[in-house]
Amino acid sequence: MRRFVAGMLLALSAGCMALLSASAFAALTIEITQGEDSGTPIAAVPFRWHGEGEPPEDIRAIIAADLHRSGRFDLLPTNAFLSKPSEITEVRYKDWRLIKAEALVIGRVTEKGPDQFEVSFQLLDVYRERIKVGLRFSVSAAQLRQAAHQISDRIFYEMTGIRGAFDTRIAYVTMNQQDNSDRLYRLMVADSDGHNPQQILQTTNLPVLSPAWSPNGEWLAYVSFSNATSGANIWLQDINSGNRRTIAQVKGAASAPAWSPDGKWLALTISAKGNTDIYVLQVASGEIRQLTRHPAIDTEPAWSPDGRHLVFTSDRSGRPQIYRIGRNGGEAERLTRGGKENARASYDPSGKRLVMVTNRGTGAGYQIGVFSLASSEMELLTDGTLDESPTFSPNGAMILYATRLGRDGVLAAVSADGRVRQILKMHDGEVREPAWAASR
Amino acid sequence: MRRFGTVFLVLFLGVALAGCAATKKKGGGVEVEDATISDTTSTDAASSGIGSEDATAGEIITISEDSTDLDDPLGQRVIYFDFDSSNLTPEAQRVVEAHAQYLAGNPGMAVVLEGHGDERGTREYNLALGEHRANTVNEILQGLGVAPDAIRTISYGEERPVSMGQDESAWSLNRRVEILY
Repeated sequence: MRRFVAGMLLALSAGCMALLSASAFAALTIEITQGEDSGTPIAAVPFRWHGEGEPPEDIRAIIAADLHRSGRFDLLPTNAFLSKPSEITEVRYKDWRLIKAEALVIGRVTEKGPDQFEVSFQLLDVYRERIKVGLRFSVSAAQLRQAAHQISDRIFYEMTGIRGAFDTRIAYVTMNQQDNSDRLYRLMVADSDGHNPQQILQTTNLPVLSPAWSPNGEWLAYVSFSNATSGANIWLQDINSGNRRTIAQVKGAASAPAWSPDGKWLALTISAKGNTDIYVLQVASGEIRQLTRHPAIDTEPAWSPDGRHLVFTSDRSGRPQIYRIGRNGGEAERLTRGGKENARASYDPSGKRLVMVTNRGTGAGYQIGVFSLASSEMELLTDGTLDESPTFSPNGAMILYATRLGRDGVLAAVSADGRVRQILKMHDGEVREPAWAASR
Repeated sequence: MRRFGTVFLVLFLGVALAGCAATKKKGGGVEVEDATISDTTSTDAASSGIGSEDATAGEIITISEDSTDLDDPLGQRVIYFDFDSSNLTPEAQRVVEAHAQYLAGNPGMAVVLEGHGDERGTREYNLALGEHRANTVNEILQGLGVAPDAIRTISYGEERPVSMGQDESAWSLNRRVEILY
């Protein structure tokens, strides 16, 4: 059983949101930790600062937030620490065994010159009394957060055997509307924890949705509109130069872009003459092939990690359900049967599970579920009424999705086991349509 | 047994620095404004059908004068749909047919059919559903003699709700096709 504290959450968030201005870059995170702590107990000591004034970033806090958000670690509270070492020579392992830490993270940040810092850390095995890994970074102030995420990635890998995905980026869409005036849409790119947001597109009254990262992390495909009388179309935008173009003109509306794992193809949806089907488009040549041919709605294609299959949403059975088809077409196979509606599925990196939006038909609305392809069983990870747009982290350990906090649309992260959920309140207005980039 | 929850609130002020740096890096940003938008979205009066005083389009005035009678189907410019459906109710059918006859008799006129959905279901699915709703209306118009070239369909899915509420009364207003001419 899971019980949540929605009332408290709303009251607290309302109080804190007043602190945020429209252009606030401070990220407010509201964390919902459920159930007993059963992750690996780990102690992370505040990094010692060797420099003038205050350190530019709290490296320990960034690492602790990353590890905690994954759901696999219990970060021991710093006020329980019996000592606060920052060098190996200062570590008394029994201090850490006493508070039942299995692993210990220590480190320091040294100011080497103007905008020049050295960050170093060690991950220690408390019971074997030895160093598991240690790294040193030379970075500018602007790179300190990235260094912290890379430390998190290394710790995650050493402790779980799974490659970390904290040093990655996300894309999402924000929408602001004052009263009944214009709707302002922004396509944003940020670090995986929501920090460091950068605007890459702004439109007025032209909706933006379905951002999708190219596998090399250099391009975003997304859906928008040219003007008020032409239908949805797909743009490809180089996120570094800002150059963008629409895909080869298709007859009808184009939407729901999904890059093939090799980055050479886009799966997409084309609506023409009242029919909506899945197509694949070769990005370099513009060559288009039709994949599904059915009078029902077929949309939201997503590739399997090996590129051999696609899953998609179809209402050919009457309500939206998930189907699978070979990359060259053929018969579509229905995958989901439970629940009233299932939509917007995508694969995890192993290809064994799908994350999707599910409506169980109990009147509770739409939640995020993980569906096992082997057992056809669905596990619910969230308890909202309008949760949508789930996206796996590149290592499959976490899922980012869009949910509601009161009337606001916000992004939330949930560990793939459902154990830890965290709402990221980054901007005023609606935040929606998250997409997690591949590891860089 | 999982029987308790904890709420933490963390305000990261330390990112102010990084955030400011980001605002300067707007070189890659692209700004797009739709200057034509006010022509088609400010037709609220026309959409609700009666007494439009918006004199920007001669045709709207004509229709408004014809349709001060609430029972006149031409006064209804918005067709509503059931949840996850692109089928017309008999009443909606009657309204669409009246528009079809009017448009077929005025061959110079162009019509835009704008399909919309409510917020339930995924955004992409609703984009397709809006397309199907607009096409349902399109087929009737064409079937009654409106030239295909005079009709344009566009779906905004759930992106342009007219009612921001989160209950059936709001949702039912958002599941619609707007007949704009």
